[in-house]
Amino acid sequence: MIIANGLTKDYGSRRAIENLRFEARQGEVVGFLGPNGAGKTTTMRILTGYMPPTYGKATVAGYDIVADSLEVRKRVGYLPETVPLYPDMTVFEYLKFMADLRHLPNAEDMVDEALEKVGMEERAEGYISNLSKGMKQRIGLAQALLHKPEVLILDEPTIGLDPAQVVEVRNIIREVGKERTVLLSTHILSEAQQLCDRVLIINKGRIVVEDTPENLQSRLVGGERAILRVRGESDELVPKLKEVPGIQDVKANPDGALEFQFAPGQDPRPLVARTVIGAGYDLLELRPAGLSLEEIFLELTKDSTIS
Amino acid sequence: MRNVWTIASREYRHYFATPIAYVVALLILATVGILFVLILWSTNQQAMYGATPPEVGAIVSPMAFLFLFAAPALTMRLLADEQRTGTMELLLTAPVRDWELVVGKWLGSFLFLLTIIGVTLIFPLVLNRMVTPGIDQGILITSYLGIILVAASFLAIGTAFSSFFSNQVSAFIATLVALVFFWWIVGWPAQVMPIGGEIFTYLELSSRFYNNFLGGILHLSDVVYYLSITALGLFLGTIAVEMRRWR
Repeated sequence: MIIANGLTKDYGSRRAIENLRFEARQGEVVGFLGPNGAGKTTTMRILTGYMPPTYGKATVAGYDIVADSLEVRKRVGYLPETVPLYPDMTVFEYLKFMADLRHLPNAEDMVDEALEKVGMEERAEGYISNLSKGMKQRIGLAQALLHKPEVLILDEPTIGLDPAQVVEVRNIIREVGKERTVLLSTHILSEAQQLCDRVLIINKGRIVVEDTPENLQSRLVGGERAILRVRGESDELVPKLKEVPGIQDVKANPDGALEFQFAPGQDPRPLVARTVIGAGYDLLELRPAGLSLEEIFLELTKDSTIS
Repeated sequence: MRNVWTIASREYRHYFATPIAYVVALLILATVGILFVLILWSTNQQAMYGATPPEVGAIVSPMAFLFLFAAPALTMRLLADEQRTGTMELLLTAPVRDWELVVGKWLGSFLFLLTIIGVTLIFPLVLNRMVTPGIDQGILITSYLGIILVAASFLAIGTAFSSFFSNQVSAFIATLVALVFFWWIVGWPAQVMPIGGEIFTYLELSSRFYNNFLGGILHLSDVVYYLSITALGLFLGTIAVEMRRWR
């Protein structure tokens, strides 16, 4: 649905993105992960037809973003980072305006449908200036969904929301993502983990790595990790644990827990549990502890190397 | 074309929600109204000495002067505000062509000013009843056609400047300066040059209005002149919006 081939954008002498190459297939939710200034918004603006790339090409829904910009824009729903709205219009007026711009037949019904999807039907007659930030974001989403586009491009859709609102918006995205292709950007790592089928990590205008959130973990660490906590001193347990088949390494954390690493696909946790009990220790906690996406992210964006 | 209308009707309705539009309307109608009353009164005083009754020009001519200020006030926010609040990003990623956006904005402001002009028709109506045998219909038509064309040109120039800036005040000042210059100042050299001053008279926006339209003379070339100014303003505005994408 989205195919980007060598996208490069220069703002004067500053190169914002360089040679970006990626794809988002139909029905996928792809996440752009990166620190501020990495080039996520620039890439999205190019894909939505707001501005052309300096070099490179891209097609969205089969149309070239420069040659057939109007066709692309008809098929894309876009929520910019700033969630721009007209404060002096009512919610309904604004959505009707956007629906009219898109020449939607039955504009009023489409507006009602979109409002229902984001759960804002009751506020349709209110002025946009009276809405909270979370509600404004949902209206922005409604605008992006109005014309039932094949592709959704969302720039930091949950930024600035309180936790309850974040959950709401993520649910909407999850729901919508089942039928459409979604490209969203975020610098909240757990969000990428929760919502995305695939994640592209961007730093300083280049793609650093591209994979599913789960694979990223094992790729970086070379395995998976788990945390073990027992009652009392656990030093003597360490050599016993190292003997459990599948365990690659065991180390003691400063907080008293034991951390062990194992090869992906071989879950030694049942064996570990039996070993612990068999050795006479009380098992308090045994849980997976992958390298959080945060650690992966910081690691990868530190020196921009591909793992 | 439908997009032009969608944008125009939104802008038109939006004017009625902004204080500036009401201030502009009030100023124009109040000024023209007061002047009208004063002229009628003073003519009345002079009637016994055989003073000529006022013409439509007395109504329309001050309007043209007021439009020098009204047009920048009405157009300053049209595109500058979209740029400032970020809604320009919405408009430029919607399936709307750049020229449709600019023309739509201009049309909204034009229809608003046209509404005000329409309200002023009450004055010639009153005048017609007070003057025997009635005012000159031909001059009425050409004068109003002239002021409508002048309004269209002014607003197009204002729309263009609004697209150049993201700051409303800059747009206002630039438009005002440009309008005053081309309405009036550009014609000065023609007055001092014995020959060769025609180019300046040509550029002077007001000359055709005062000399022809107000005098009841309708030349197609004059109509085309003002329409061309309008088209030029809209064209420059479209270019400016397009250039925003390339920055």
